Amino acid sequence: MSLTAPRDRAVPGRRGTPPPRTPRRRKQALGLDHGAWFLLLPALIPILVLSVGPLLYGASLAFTDSQAGRTEPTQFIGVTNFSDLRFDDLFLDSFRVGLVWAFCVTALQLVLALGLALLLDQNLRFRWLARTLALVPWAMPEVVVGIMWRLVYHQDAGILNDTLASLGLIDSNLDWLTNFSLALPAVIAVGVWAGMPQTTVVLLAGLQNVPLELREAAHIDGAGVWRRFTTVTWPALRPVVLAITALNFIWNFNSFGLVYILTQGGPGGETRLPMLFAYEEAFKYGQFGYAAAMGLAMVAVIAVLLALFLRKRLREDVQ
Amino acid sequence: MSTTTARTTARTAERTRRVGRVAGRTGQYAALVLYLVFLAFPLLWLISTSFKSPQELASIDPTWIPREPSLDNYRAAFDAQPLLRAAFNSLLVAGTSAVIAVAIAVPAAYVMVRHRSRVTRAGTAWILVSQMFPLVLIIIPLFLILRNLRMIDSLPGLIMVYVVWSLPFALWMLQGYVKAVPRSLEEAAAVDGASRLTTLRSVVLPLLTPGLVATLMFAFVTAWNEFFFALVLLKSPEKQTMSVILTLFVGDEGAADLGPLAAAAFLATLPSLLFFALLQRRLVSGMLAGAVKG
Repeated sequence: MSLTAPRDRAVPGRRGTPPPRTPRRRKQALGLDHGAWFLLLPALIPILVLSVGPLLYGASLAFTDSQAGRTEPTQFIGVTNFSDLRFDDLFLDSFRVGLVWAFCVTALQLVLALGLALLLDQNLRFRWLARTLALVPWAMPEVVVGIMWRLVYHQDAGILNDTLASLGLIDSNLDWLTNFSLALPAVIAVGVWAGMPQTTVVLLAGLQNVPLELREAAHIDGAGVWRRFTTVTWPALRPVVLAITALNFIWNFNSFGLVYILTQGGPGGETRLPMLFAYEEAFKYGQFGYAAAMGLAMVAVIAVLLALFLRKRLREDVQ
Repeated sequence: MSTTTARTTARTAERTRRVGRVAGRTGQYAALVLYLVFLAFPLLWLISTSFKSPQELASIDPTWIPREPSLDNYRAAFDAQPLLRAAFNSLLVAGTSAVIAVAIAVPAAYVMVRHRSRVTRAGTAWILVSQMFPLVLIIIPLFLILRNLRMIDSLPGLIMVYVVWSLPFALWMLQGYVKAVPRSLEEAAAVDGASRLTTLRSVVLPLLTPGLVATLMFAFVTAWNEFFFALVLLKSPEKQTMSVILTLFVGDEGAADLGPLAAAAFLATLPSLLFFALLQRRLVSGMLAGAVKG
């Protein structure tokens, strides 16, 4: 008896739950009937074929020597791409720039958007106008945002140098986007500007979910503005803040178009975000495998940071 | 005696509070104005630049109001690059992909809301997870796949990519709108013997129309504004979309004819600005609608 038991378990199909026998039970296992599948498939198939599939394919390319315009077949080369990455100073530099960019943009976006959302939540006059104007950066194509800020930062024809000069803050016109120490901060400012509307809209919607009775009760109890914010508004807003911060960080770390238009990664790689580097590697030098490895490394960094961020959040929530 | 002291203190406190409130209000308006200046001035500068003559752009002392406003830059922009062609391409790509994306997202969103199951839960998880991946990881395989299908440098290929790319957000928004449709209406239709497809078409869809329009406009704007996929997948000049054609105004050395560049950039923004003005109210509810637990 005891000898037959393990053999029984080794038979394929007998492991775990047995497959459902009747059609009705099979339906339940997947949870959908024919009609529902019929409605779901038109969206599901494109997602599987053009999103899930390519992503897995892309991830597998990271372990090959795939290149553009090569005739011999692509070979599996294991983790060589990743060990190369570890010694690629340009890549490590771009990672550092990417992290600085993503942290600064995300933090500034949050602080500024929170301020704006709190203001727009007040019963101020012209609130409708402010709400509309606050969305303008969102409506603009990334490329136009980049071009627009190039005009603002322009050494001679730009409004920024002109304003700073007339305020007496600078003596000579600065070339913001090609200056080694100014380029990254200048680009970060644009990133903050471009991403503010989304963050503001989400925070504003979150603010509208803060129970009004609680705020009023705190007001009647004589709590000041700051106390009301820390004890009533912030706790209710916290989940929304965490969600949008996590998303913003991911979006910012992966961003491409804005900096591509503003500086193309210059001067001297000072603003070369990881995505710009991977783009050049893939479509300028045709190193598909290596670029895919960079992409995977970016996913890894994001996943680790996100895990740390969310774990800290969960622990705080438990306490 | 103690009561008078208390009353005076109370009155002083009341006065300080009122002064504080007025000061607070003023501070709030000041802060709001600062925000609006920060958000609006780059666009105003773009518009101002687009009406300036080359001589004025070369002068050392730029002004907000153009000294001799003219439409020359707009004329020059159309001469320098095939703008009309690009606008048509963008319109075609964004319009088609938005319609297809919404058409296939509506039934899917309906199923995802009304039939919770492992498959639909996986779908919702995918919407969130797909945000995490850098575009480079998806564009290389897409490039290789489309090249095998001979669909590189073709607008239908780009449309396909845009459909899939705008699906997650369309599904997210539409789920919120579907949740808002009262379930009792569908049950009533079912009692009357309507099939699910009929219910979806004649009960849910009419109620969904405002949300549908909002999602459609949003998908259009995202595709119209998109840059990266178009940059990689399109090669021939006559197939470029607006976003890519704008980069051609900036020369290889970064030197650009500022006036026409500003004019073209402003024109490229107009459709998005228009749609956003129409969308404005729905956007706030739409963004969070998908997040409301049903």
